[in-house]
This record gives sequence, C-alpha cells and structure tokens, in this order.
Amino acid sequence: MIQAIIDYQFLQNAFLTGLIIGVIAPLLGAFIVVRRLSLIADALSHVTLSGIAASLFLSKTFVVFNGLNPLWLGMGFSVMGSLFIERLRTVYKHYQELAIPIILSGGIGIGVIFISLADGFNTDLFSYLFGSVSAVSRSDLWLILAIAVTVISVVILLYKELFLLSFDEEFGKASGLSTRFLHLVFMIMVALVIAASMRIVGILLVSSLMTLPVAAAMRIARGFKQTIFFSIAFGEIAVISGLFSAFYLDLAPGGTIVLSSILLLLLAIAFKKTQTMRK
Amino acid sequence: MESSNVIELKNIHYRYDRDLVLTNINLAVPRGAFLGIVGPNGSGKSTMLKIILGLQKPRKGSVLLFGQQQSKFRDWERIGYVSQKANAFNSGFPATVYEIVASGLTKKAGLFRMIGNKRRPQIEKAIRAVSMEDFQDRNIGELSGGQQQRVFIARAIVSEPDVLILDEPTVGVDSKNVQTFYDMLERLNKELSLTLMLVTHDIGTITNKVTHVACLNNTMHFHGSTEDFEQVKDSELSQFYGHDVQRLHHDHEHSHEAPTR
Repeated sequence: MIQAIIDYQFLQNAFLTGLIIGVIAPLLGAFIVVRRLSLIADALSHVTLSGIAASLFLSKTFVVFNGLNPLWLGMGFSVMGSLFIERLRTVYKHYQELAIPIILSGGIGIGVIFISLADGFNTDLFSYLFGSVSAVSRSDLWLILAIAVTVISVVILLYKELFLLSFDEEFGKASGLSTRFLHLVFMIMVALVIAASMRIVGILLVSSLMTLPVAAAMRIARGFKQTIFFSIAFGEIAVISGLFSAFYLDLAPGGTIVLSSILLLLLAIAFKKTQTMRK
Repeated sequence: MESSNVIELKNIHYRYDRDLVLTNINLAVPRGAFLGIVGPNGSGKSTMLKIILGLQKPRKGSVLLFGQQQSKFRDWERIGYVSQKANAFNSGFPATVYEIVASGLTKKAGLFRMIGNKRRPQIEKAIRAVSMEDFQDRNIGELSGGQQQRVFIARAIVSEPDVLILDEPTVGVDSKNVQTFYDMLERLNKELSLTLMLVTHDIGTITNKVTHVACLNNTMHFHGSTEDFEQVKDSELSQFYGHDVQRLHHDHEHSHEAPTR
C-alpha cells in the first residue's frame, strides 16, 4: 500500500485525511465521553446525513450546484443541528436526552426525503454512509485540514475551561466561567469534526471514532491529559490499520476502522483486568 | 475602603415557582469568621449560597461582596466554593487529584493561558493544606468520599480566596472522618485566616467549631455569634425546626442526635 499511496493521489488523500481525523475525533471524543454526550455526536452525524443528501439532491437537479462539495452543506446542517440541540435541551430541562431522538430522527427523516427526491441511493451516498478509501478529493482534504487546525487550536486555547466545563459545570459557573458560550463553541467543534470524519469512517460510524478509542483509553490512563493522548494513539492505530485492511480486502473503511477500535478496546479491557488481578 | 464584612445580604427575597423560598434575609459575614448556617431541609440554605455566588437571582434585595454590589463584582477568585453536588459528581471521570486542584486556577490564569509548571508550587501547596499529597497522581474515582471532598476543598482554596463557601460538605463522608474534616476546616480558618461559610443541617457537630451561627428556615430565625446562640432556648429551636431538637452541649459527655430529615 505504501507504493500505492505514493502512486495514487486518491490514496494519499484518504490516508492523510485518516491521519488527521485520527487526531481530532478522539481529541474531542475525550470531552464528549466524559460529558456523557456520546449519543449527541450520533444524533449530529445523522443531521449531517440530511445535509449531504440535500447537497446531492441539489447538484443532481440544479446545474448551478453541480460542483458543490457535499461536505459544505453537511457541515452547515451539522452546525445548525448542534445549535438546535442546545435549544431543545433548554426547552426540555428535565428531559435533556429527548433532544437526541428528536434530532436523530429529524436528521434521517430529512435525509430520506432528499434521497427519494434524488431517486434513491447511488454509490456516492453509499460512500458517505460507510466511508470510502477512494472518494476523498483534494478539496475534501484541504477543508478537513482547515477544520482540524481550527479544532486543535480551540482545544489548546480553551483546554482548562473545557476541562472545568466537563468535570464540574457548576463550579465553573461559580468561578465566573461563561459555560453557555463555552458549551456552544464545543458543540460547533463537535459538528465540524463529525463533518470532517465522515468521508473516511462514514456518517453512520462517525461517533465510533469519537467514543471507542476514548473508552479504551479510560481503562488504562491516569488523568485526563493521559486519557486524551491514549485516545489519539488508539484512534490513529484504528484508522491506519482500518485503512490498510479496507484497501487490501476491498471493504468500506468505516467497518474496518470500527472493528479495529473494538479490538483495541477489548485489549485495553483485558490489559486492565490482568493489571488489577496482579495487585 | 473595603468593608469589614466580606459578604452582606440585605433584604433578600427569592421565589421558586410560587413558593417564597427566602423572605427578608439579612446576613453579614465579618472577615475571619467561621459561620455555620443551619436549618432543616428545604429551608433555602443552598439557595442563599447560590444567590451569594450569583448562580440564582433574587427577586428583591441586594448582595454585597467585599462591600461591592454583586453586579459590579469581578474578583470571583476571592470566593471559593465547594458545592453539595461535589460528592455526586461523575466519579468515573478520568482526572487526577492534581488536575482537579489545578482546575481551580482556571479563572485566575486568564483566558487562553495554560496552567503551566510555574503554578505547580501553588497547586501542591493547596494539596498539602488538605493533606492529600500522597494521592496527587491518583484518579479521583479511586478515592473515598472524604478524600474526594478534601480534593474539592483544595481546588477551592488553590486560588487563595478570602472566603470559602461550603454546601453540606460532609454528605457522603463517613461519620468517623467527619470530625477530622471539621478539624481541618478549623485549621484552615485559623492558619490561612480564611473566612468560612458552612451550610449544614447538622446543628450539633458544628457549634464547637464555628464563631457565628445563622438559623434559616425561609426567614432568618437567628443570626449572631456562637455565644449568643448558646443563649437561645431549646424550645425556641424546636419551634424553628418544627420538631424536638436539642443542641450538643459541650460540657456534657453525651451528644444529641441532629434533627432528622
């Protein structure tokens, strides 16, 4: 595959994109998991689907939108979705998790309508659902790189605030932190990372790359920073091994990446077991 | 000139849905005091603290912090807070004692700044003040309830506040360690000349530690020094709690049960 990567640009794109999302998805994932928002990431990814479907429909029906990269609308929908979730969470104060099924089904509902309008599935949409080694374009790569730079800078600059928000929101408020604003910034970051990751892992499996490496890291890490580092390491291992096996076995990379993450997770659990048994 | 009272409440009214939770509350906390706020459940104790911290807005009345109107007050790092929820937090959170105590410096460090190694001595000092230095690199979930509560105190005092506000900090701490916990608070009050405000529904255990007492049951029933509080008749206290209650008398060997919920 190394030779193939050197020879083919599409493989370069896929591989570099994979390396980038292997960092940003688990990085944000660490915050998502500890804040118990894993399902919100899932809901947002389904909203992204409706954006992708809308974009595919538009470019099929209107000549003007022919060259439109579906990532843009996907990103737009997912950011809108994140704002909408926040709105719903304040409306249903005592049933905050209600926002998830509402957004999730709404996302799929709109997506399905656009898919039917565009006369059903095509290979393009399939690659968005389950990821693809061959569909990542150069312009996708640049957009994803820009998202990564934004997300990593925001996390570094606001690390201590995000940590406080995740660990103890009330204490954060009491020490004068603008938690609402911070949470909003965070949700927008999540929406961006989802849009960035779906080219490789696919919409249906995006949340796995944000949660599984973190779940594995939490078993063995000491402290939050270490959890983040382990999560990224596991994320990278999962993406690289997933992409290789997807390439050689001609499979959708979403599936292979998720399976490698689960394998890592099982290893981490087993490792922790032997550690505690030895004590 | 700064006021001699670090916290002052004037004529505070607070309503939750239709119920008046707090009516006409006046309170003054002098510098260096150790104030115990007692009252039955639902008496508005936590609400009063939240109003002081600006987490709830009162209907009427004013809050003065270090002599300044709360709306103009910006030095929030001068007020440390240990919430009741601190012991109901996500105990599986993968953070070390050090990381959690360091997070108490979030506001002080300033936006976009990291809490770097320069602050390490300050953080370690706070950890030592609550005698948790042996657990510095442990994950918070591995500690007992009492140890966790000490970590939260360290987080609250790491920014070197003038006042520390504690909302029922001994919930979830086993009875053996409650006394040690109060001893530690007394030491912090004296050694760091930290003004303490402690909410508890346990009237008995604190009267030998605190310098001032406030009895709250939607209205302020008593507010003054501990010596004056000793003069209040037990019968009046019972009336205030709505059932029989006796204080711990320190000259006696036996201790009385705190009013049950």
